[in-house]
Amino acid sequence: MARIVLQQADIARALTRISHEILESNRGSSNLVLMGVPTRGILLARRIADIIDQIEPDSAPCLVGSLDVTMYRDDLAHQPTRATQQTQVPAGGIDGKTVVLVDDVLFSGRTVRSALDALNDLGRPRAVRLAVLVDRGHRELPIRADFVGKNLPTSTKERINVRLSETDGAEEVSIEGQAEMTEDGE
Amino acid sequence: MRHLLSTKDLSRDDAIMILDVAEDMSDVQLREVKKLPTLRGKTVVNLFFEDSTRTRISFELAAKRLSADVINFSAKGSSVSKGESLKDTAQTLAAMGADGVVIRHSSSGSPQLLADSGWIDAGIVNAGDGTHEHPTQALLDAFTMRRRIHGAASRGRDLSGVSVLIVGDILHSRVARSNLWLLRTLGAEVTFVAPATLLPFGAETWPAGIRYDLDAAIAEVNPDVVMMLRIQSERMNAAFFPNPREYARVWGLDDERLARLRPDTIVMHPGPMNRGLEISSRAADSAQSTVIEQVANGVSIRMAVLYLLLSGDREGSA
Amino acid sequence: MSTQYLIVGATLPDGSKSDLRIANGRITERGTGLKSDGAAMIDANGLIALPGLVDLHTHLREPGFEQSETVLSGTRAAAAGGFTSVFAMANTMPVADTSGVVEQVQSLGDAAGYATVRPIGAVTVGLAGERLSEIGAMAHSRAAVSVFSDDGKCVHDSLLMRRALEYVKTFNGVIAQHAQDPRLTEKSQMNEGALSSELGLAGWPAVAEESIIARDVLLAEHVGARLHICHLSTAGSVDVMRWAKARGIDVTAEVTPHHLLLTEELVRSYDARFKVNPPLRRDEDVLALRAGVADGTIDIIATDHAPHPDEAKDCEWDHAAFGMVGLESALSVTQTALVDTGIVGWNDVARLLSHAPARIGRLAGHTHDFAVGSPANITLTDPSASSTFGLANLVGKSRNSPYLGMTLSGSVRHTFHHGYATLTDGVLVDPAEVAAHATEWRTTHG
Repeated sequence: MARIVLQQADIARALTRISHEILESNRGSSNLVLMGVPTRGILLARRIADIIDQIEPDSAPCLVGSLDVTMYRDDLAHQPTRATQQTQVPAGGIDGKTVVLVDDVLFSGRTVRSALDALNDLGRPRAVRLAVLVDRGHRELPIRADFVGKNLPTSTKERINVRLSETDGAEEVSIEGQAEMTEDGE
Repeated sequence: MRHLLSTKDLSRDDAIMILDVAEDMSDVQLREVKKLPTLRGKTVVNLFFEDSTRTRISFELAAKRLSADVINFSAKGSSVSKGESLKDTAQTLAAMGADGVVIRHSSSGSPQLLADSGWIDAGIVNAGDGTHEHPTQALLDAFTMRRRIHGAASRGRDLSGVSVLIVGDILHSRVARSNLWLLRTLGAEVTFVAPATLLPFGAETWPAGIRYDLDAAIAEVNPDVVMMLRIQSERMNAAFFPNPREYARVWGLDDERLARLRPDTIVMHPGPMNRGLEISSRAADSAQSTVIEQVANGVSIRMAVLYLLLSGDREGSA
Repeated sequence: MSTQYLIVGATLPDGSKSDLRIANGRITERGTGLKSDGAAMIDANGLIALPGLVDLHTHLREPGFEQSETVLSGTRAAAAGGFTSVFAMANTMPVADTSGVVEQVQSLGDAAGYATVRPIGAVTVGLAGERLSEIGAMAHSRAAVSVFSDDGKCVHDSLLMRRALEYVKTFNGVIAQHAQDPRLTEKSQMNEGALSSELGLAGWPAVAEESIIARDVLLAEHVGARLHICHLSTAGSVDVMRWAKARGIDVTAEVTPHHLLLTEELVRSYDARFKVNPPLRRDEDVLALRAGVADGTIDIIATDHAPHPDEAKDCEWDHAAFGMVGLESALSVTQTALVDTGIVGWNDVARLLSHAPARIGRLAGHTHDFAVGSPANITLTDPSASSTFGLANLVGKSRNSPYLGMTLSGSVRHTFHHGYATLTDGVLVDPAEVAAHATEWRTTHG
């Protein structure tokens, strides 16, 4: 049933482009913090940071952290209880920095809304941007991504599966036909 | 998890999940904004039939840091002291829409009674019942041990191979019971050290070593953790031991015994302490002592427990 | 107005089958193929006939605690359980320590008519354990008290116990001791053991019962008096009793149905329906008590029927009252624990629940073996029945039964007291009808 829409090479190209776009809009890597949203957002943030460090070898290493949004979700009462995950803020914090939130899939926008609230409790960034590997549409909040790997028009019944080699033993993005229960999505 | 009534029935996976979530809650304590919106709109009642300011404010702070509304219902000066039954109190709280009830009661089993009775459909947290259990104390103790032993690499770990001496009034201690069950579940070895009068009847069938001699226990067990229990003043004249002086001499953690511990042996006490009786001031204030950490970790553990009990879809989390 | 009954095809305790004709309060004919001759027919095929059951240990609660039970409601529960006689314990308010109180209880029982009520007199004034109550006055009263007990409390003062044993000899009475050392059981909540320690409930050690029994059998031997021990609950108590009987001491022992079936494991629920004094014990104790019944060390089964209102049980364990109702369930529990397990036969049940308690309590009319001319106190039970014990089985005022929701064997179908029916097809006979029969019986036999 699953249809592969991004292969390994596609993902690599998308991340490289996103890295360049981030550097361009931020005019370099200074004062930049990438905050990945667990689980795969963290992996993507690390990859983007590695690419940025290759592009700008003379700058200080790009700062990466993780941002668990579980405690800020608006659907806690409608789901089984979730275990939390660690939030790690790079030394120096986020005050006055440009924070780029990194996630795998942008869908309703509710995760991003939770992330904005969570960031608010961690400090006051100069600006917050959003980078996603896939934007599948169907937004329920006035939120858009600044950096997008691939726009994928989908129906709400379809599922997007992002698999990354670090955790999933594969490197691909696929669309699944019906509302079959699989992992992740948004 | 629907309720937290005891550590006896807590699985290893659930125990480690609580400890891991508490790590994240602990990180929140270090931030400038120490509050999370997680339990916004939920009501937590601290139902205390027994005075315990420490435990109550720890739960209160935990609930408030999760943005829950907190009501403190103390039995003293309330309708309870005028003879209202636990049943009526529970039904009253249910009618007011309490989502969680943190109960401290001198009668063993009261939290289970609340959970099983059908009087109230709230998540029940046992904050100490009689001489039965005090599960959040045991969880914060385990959390404190894990942090001291495994440091930043604590997440996901248990306490395999850790040897713990629990010293003093085991007989009347719900803390000792909850610690025993939880520490065993997490793989630690537990030894009780006490005069025979202060050991529970039948404790030889429990999964704990039993010793009478503290000096021999320190020398032979070579403990990673020494946990001293409080001697309640009402025990002092009830023929459990001749007098406080003899107790302190034989079972107290004095300076001389402190010096015989390994430098990395942790000294714990659930508080409040009787300095000079079960523990000397120097032992209580030493770098090995975790007494203050235990208090701080208590808030993190209680946040984790309240979060896990009250945040999810309660129908689905049976 | 007296009704004749013809019980057809009943199985007697010895296993033989017989028809029984009842008239004028007596068994008037016994045999097979008896003609009805206008008698009401009771089809007893498949039913066991037992001599009317006698409970030597019932709390009827009246006077003083009528919200829990009354003489009327308690004897209705007795009739539903197949009992035709109950001994009413003295811990009422006021305490049954004067002839006035025991005569009142007796006359309430006579008027109700569901069972013969024999009051037990208190050993000490107000059950306070300090000085003897008016034992002689009660023995010589219209109630003719023959059993004396401070049940609920132990006569723990050794000298007072000695005097009581000696004094009741004068009136051919017996002391029924509630064996519980008070100091060893202060604030006790359940059997002392690893489980009480785990549950954090104050322990009630076996030694607190055994040490009192040991002392009292020696005292009884020393003064040459008769002694009865209430509700044995531990293996050690059975050992002490076995030793005392081998030594020839004139002592009898009782066990409750609940101590023959239930164990302390039930306390894990903190459900106060399982709170009782003496407490539920270990598996080993249950087995030892059953063995004590089998070898005759234990003489009788008595219910210790102890009704309490809901609010006394619907609360924290250590705030809850001790005690369980037991009249309605006693025969079923006995069958489940002892007969179905092959430990005793129905002949033994007749002895344990009728002959022996009647003998200990000096009660006439319950020692029969269905001979013609015997008083017609008869219970018919269906041993093949098996059902879930429920609230519908409880006909007394209180609902504190530990058996609710449990599957028990046997079902009491008919009870005849003084030859008139108190229970028919498992349904209690109307109070007015029973009272009328009782009045009639008293005028002809009183």
